[in-house]
Amino acid sequence: MALNYTKKTLKHFLKPKNIGEIKNADAYAEIGNMVCGDQLNFSIKVEKGKIKDVKFLSFGCASNIATASIMTEKVKGMSLEKAKDYDWNKIVSDLGGLPQQKVHCSIMAVQGLKKVIENYEDKELSSKDAKKLKNIKTKKIAKKSTKKIAK
Amino acid sequence: MEVYLDNAATTKMDKGVAAIMQNYFLNKFANASSIHHQGEEVYNDLEKSKETVAKILNTKPQNLIFTGSASEANNFIIKGVALANKDKGKHIIVSSIEHPCVLGPAKDLVNEGFKVSYAPVDSKGRVKIAELKKMISKDTVLVSIMTANNEIGTIQDIKKIARLVKRNGAYFHTDAVQAVPYLKIDIKDLGVDFLTLSAHKFHGPKGVGMAYIDRNIKIKALISGGEQNDGLRAGTINVAGIIGFSKALELAYKNRDKKIEKIKKLREYFLKEINKNIKDVYLNGHETFRLDNNLNLRFNGVEGEAILMDLSNQGICVSTGSACSAKNLKTSYVLQALGINSNYLNSNVRFSLSKNTTKAELDYTVKKLSEAVKRLRSFSPIK
Repeated sequence: MALNYTKKTLKHFLKPKNIGEIKNADAYAEIGNMVCGDQLNFSIKVEKGKIKDVKFLSFGCASNIATASIMTEKVKGMSLEKAKDYDWNKIVSDLGGLPQQKVHCSIMAVQGLKKVIENYEDKELSSKDAKKLKNIKTKKIAKKSTKKIAK
Repeated sequence: MEVYLDNAATTKMDKGVAAIMQNYFLNKFANASSIHHQGEEVYNDLEKSKETVAKILNTKPQNLIFTGSASEANNFIIKGVALANKDKGKHIIVSSIEHPCVLGPAKDLVNEGFKVSYAPVDSKGRVKIAELKKMISKDTVLVSIMTANNEIGTIQDIKKIARLVKRNGAYFHTDAVQAVPYLKIDIKDLGVDFLTLSAHKFHGPKGVGMAYIDRNIKIKALISGGEQNDGLRAGTINVAGIIGFSKALELAYKNRDKKIEKIKKLREYFLKEINKNIKDVYLNGHETFRLDNNLNLRFNGVEGEAILMDLSNQGICVSTGSACSAKNLKTSYVLQALGINSNYLNSNVRFSLSKNTTKAELDYTVKKLSEAVKRLRSFSPIK
């Protein structure tokens, strides 16, 4: 069946934005797989609670590539909270529409984005915990050593 | 540059065919079933063109039933033979890589109490004959195995299979839609009971299929309500279409050896150039038992549909067996039947040439294809 991709979709497919993988990214995520025919890998760099940079890799069809391209373009600079709830309908309307059978591509893109942000938050949380733990340990050691010296 | 490499889907009609057909739209438009002089004239032209077809296929004109498509012809044969011969048994066998228009009616018959078995194929798409033999029982009415596959172009040994099936007491049908003109179709020599063709696959008109039937075997009509074709297929005779079918078949087999030699050489050149310019390309199907115009390739790490869309944007028309869609992530059941690793089912593209294909078109395609694959691989997560 004819897909009748919009000019904008084709543009984002043929010249996608933000492709690649960020070196030393703050978080990574992978969604989908080769078996079902669509896979997206995201990497992000975060600064002050905002997406400083986002890049993607794709094993997928034209709309898989185009949806990830336009979404990454739109969420750059956005707060993590806002980006986490990015509406897939927005991707569809930004592209000027997607054929019905390809709408799932936009859903996969936002799911991938959410996953990479959550991976970042999990990492942050555990590193904060680790820091706390480290602080406690250092204090204890410090106390012990002072005692030693006192003796 | 416009390049059409999707000739397994359909072909461009020959000018000579279009010219002949036009006469039957504009001038000789009478109903072939009418007994007035105009109808009679059309009827006689029709009979002549049927004789031409029969002669090429080495059979008799009365054994040929023209339909609205190959899908209709396959439905007519599969359902018609099974339902008319219920007393013989209620089991049919089809290969696992048949076209959907064979698999569909076979599946429909399950609701009529039939059992359907699927004959397996090897990793290159050849039917495992020993396993097929084991599947045939006293209850088997009909076996249907395609002459050549539409996706991967693998050719079956139809003569051998037909002999085996008939020796074991079942009827045999082959869907030969992709075979013209790459294989000679001599119905008597092949020994088949039923055979299907389609005009638009060999530069004829769309909307004309053909069922060869053995008149000694019972068959039930799919479309009833008229006496055309001895009541086996009702509906006003598609005179222009059948005359177009006949002319296209005649032209297809004219200088056949020279024509297919040229196509085969071009395809081999095309594959050589692709391998020279692109890494990690794999051939699906058989190296030798293969239609001369078919090339089905796997490009690791990229999606077939993305390649298709990129090429399409450059004017090149190709096809992919798989398509991703929301409800139904369809990977090719043909490639699945070959046992290809599920990671590779979405990276395949079919190129199908015709007598109209030129070297310049293939050179352009190789250039654009290697650019597309390189580009898509540059941001693929699969290394």
